[in-house]
Amino acid sequence: MKIIVCIKQVPDTHEVKLDPVTGTLIREGVPSIMNPDDKAGLEAALRIKDSLGAEVTVITMGPLQADVMLREAMAMGADRAILISDRAFGGADTWATSLTLASGIRRLSYDLIITGRQAIDGDTAQVGPQIAEHLGIPNVSYAESLQVEDGHVIVKRQYEDRYQLVKAKMPCLITALSELNKPRYMTPGGIFAAYREKEVQLWTVDDVEVDREQIGLKGSPTRVLESFPKSIKPEGTKIIPDTEEEAAQYILDRLKEKFVF
Amino acid sequence: MDFTLSKEHEMARLLFREFAINEVKPLAAEIDENERFPVETVEKMRQTGMMGIPVPREFGGQGCDTMTYILAVEELSRVCGTTGVILSAHTSLAIDPLMQYGTPEQKEKFLRPLATGEKLGAFGLTEPNAGTDAAGQQTRAELDGDTYILNGSKIFITNGKEADIYIIFAMTDKSKGTRGISAFIVEKGTPGFTFGTKEKKMGIRGSSTYELIFTDCRIPAANMLGREGRGFGVAMGTLDGGRIGIGAQALGLAAGALDTTIAYVKERKQFGRPIAKFQNTQFQLADMATRVEAARLLVYKAAHLKDAGKKYSMEAAMAKLFASETAMEVTTKAVQLHGGYGYTREYDVERMMRDAKITEIYEGTSEVQRMVISANIL
Ligand SMILES: Cc1cc2nc3c(=O)[nH]c(=O)nc-3n(C[C@H](O)[C@H](O)[C@H](O)COP(=O)(O)OP(=O)(O)OC[C@H]3O[C@@H](n4cnc5c(N)ncnc54)[C@H](O)[C@@H]3O)c2cc1C
Repeated sequence: MKIIVCIKQVPDTHEVKLDPVTGTLIREGVPSIMNPDDKAGLEAALRIKDSLGAEVTVITMGPLQADVMLREAMAMGADRAILISDRAFGGADTWATSLTLASGIRRLSYDLIITGRQAIDGDTAQVGPQIAEHLGIPNVSYAESLQVEDGHVIVKRQYEDRYQLVKAKMPCLITALSELNKPRYMTPGGIFAAYREKEVQLWTVDDVEVDREQIGLKGSPTRVLESFPKSIKPEGTKIIPDTEEEAAQYILDRLKEKFVF
Repeated sequence: MDFTLSKEHEMARLLFREFAINEVKPLAAEIDENERFPVETVEKMRQTGMMGIPVPREFGGQGCDTMTYILAVEELSRVCGTTGVILSAHTSLAIDPLMQYGTPEQKEKFLRPLATGEKLGAFGLTEPNAGTDAAGQQTRAELDGDTYILNGSKIFITNGKEADIYIIFAMTDKSKGTRGISAFIVEKGTPGFTFGTKEKKMGIRGSSTYELIFTDCRIPAANMLGREGRGFGVAMGTLDGGRIGIGAQALGLAAGALDTTIAYVKERKQFGRPIAKFQNTQFQLADMATRVEAARLLVYKAAHLKDAGKKYSMEAAMAKLFASETAMEVTTKAVQLHGGYGYTREYDVERMMRDAKITEIYEGTSEVQRMVISANIL
């Protein structure tokens, strides 16, 4: 079976700060890492490879520096790596990115595509499902567990307070949560092989069939109005009233306090 | 001349650092306090391919080199000296002589399980009366048919009780002096091979340091490592490489103490400001950082020479001498800059200073390194 994993190089947000004036990310001097959800997706693919046998290809759209992340993926056990990189792709929003990635993926054969749920530098969670739309294949998002069974995937799909068990026929795309697993470490020998025996294939705009009007900044309809750090929600109060009436009264009082009524 | 590490070495360092911080650091104080060998860490190192870093893939290793292995010992020791020496004794003192002197059959049988990490290695040269004067071996090995019968004991053996495969030195012909010493591969569980006392130590307290006792212990003649009478050469050749490993352990300890101290002096306030603002603090740290960097260059150079297949005996001795004295000096200064807090077990530098001392003693004391160096230049 053939698995494609989409991975993105992101600034390590543990160490990243927002510029208080412009509201944009200060990326200088911040180490780059493989996006955590994507890494979980890669680990899921590698586990399928370990148990059932599979060829795992990692693909990214990004600057040439993303080479190091692709080598890391191969040092963990990915078989092939593809870097889609060209100035023409610069400034892409999720639409242009997913279109570009989908056009790259069309050049490959696959049974399963795994992406992370969202990238920690954008938090949109759009690229994975959009790729599935472009390719016309089913998409199961928010996978917190994943199994492969004769031509199907069985995915436990996470919600805030419950989960869904979804069985989908391959080919399909799933988006992975970092809760899916604990990714393995690279191995020293894997690192040597990634640099000395394997290659990162570089695809430019000429190597993918994509409408040039729909890529890069030009092809990006999204306008970011404002970026701001996530505010932490307070924990909330828990009370255990004796009767239902008491509970209703309590809620009513709080709503009145907040002038809802 | 280029002082930068290759991309693969840089990435390997990142791997080892991440592993050390996530898996090793959280245990460092506890295994020291309880004198507990960290079996779970060794198992994780096995899964991560760290137990056979310089071994060719055909023998189950990772197919990397000495430099990569040295980076692993450095990064582990940066957070835990015990874990650093477990890997160093296993790789430098058990794997390396098997790679250098083992027959194809011995490599298949003993090197492979060591390289995959299925088994752990140890090295037994030191005896109660043969320390610095390692030639004074009293353990005997007598040939009887196709077995050798071992009698005697070894002390201070790292990975002592936890290991499975031991490289042991013994006299096969007392009349020939150093030319009468031979090396053997001994497996745990061989009848007549038992363990004596466990040392209670100042530092590297999680490492398992034991006495090994051989009483009419029969080992197959096929387990002789290298030729008969050439054991002293095997031991000295092995220790040359081992010194780069201990140099890396010392380097890691010094670098770790420096990291910790830099963070501490920015936090700790006296006289209304962080102690980092005092010029004495700054100058101490400058000296510490300079010594650490010099030690690093010596250790990496020795590793580089070994990988290039060049002579490295003197450079290994220099690296070990300078790095271990650096470790002692830097950790001592680190405790000083922590004040009273640095003298307590609440702070890592207390353990690091205790761990550093051994690097000036094992695999040849600093005095022995000076002998090796001077013998090379006179
Ligand atoms: C924690 C620990 C782990 C160890 N692990 C191992 C192991 O895995 N395998 C193993 O085989 N051994 C191991 N050793 C033994 C170690 O290598 C020896 O302790 C070391 O070589 C010194 O020998 P010694 O203790 O007998 O000291 P001695 O030889 O008695 O030395 C005492 C002092 O005299 C000095 N000295 C001796 N001879 C001379 C001389 N000619 N000129 C000047 N000064 C001299 C020494 O430098 C030292 O300062 C370990 C020791 C310890 C403490």
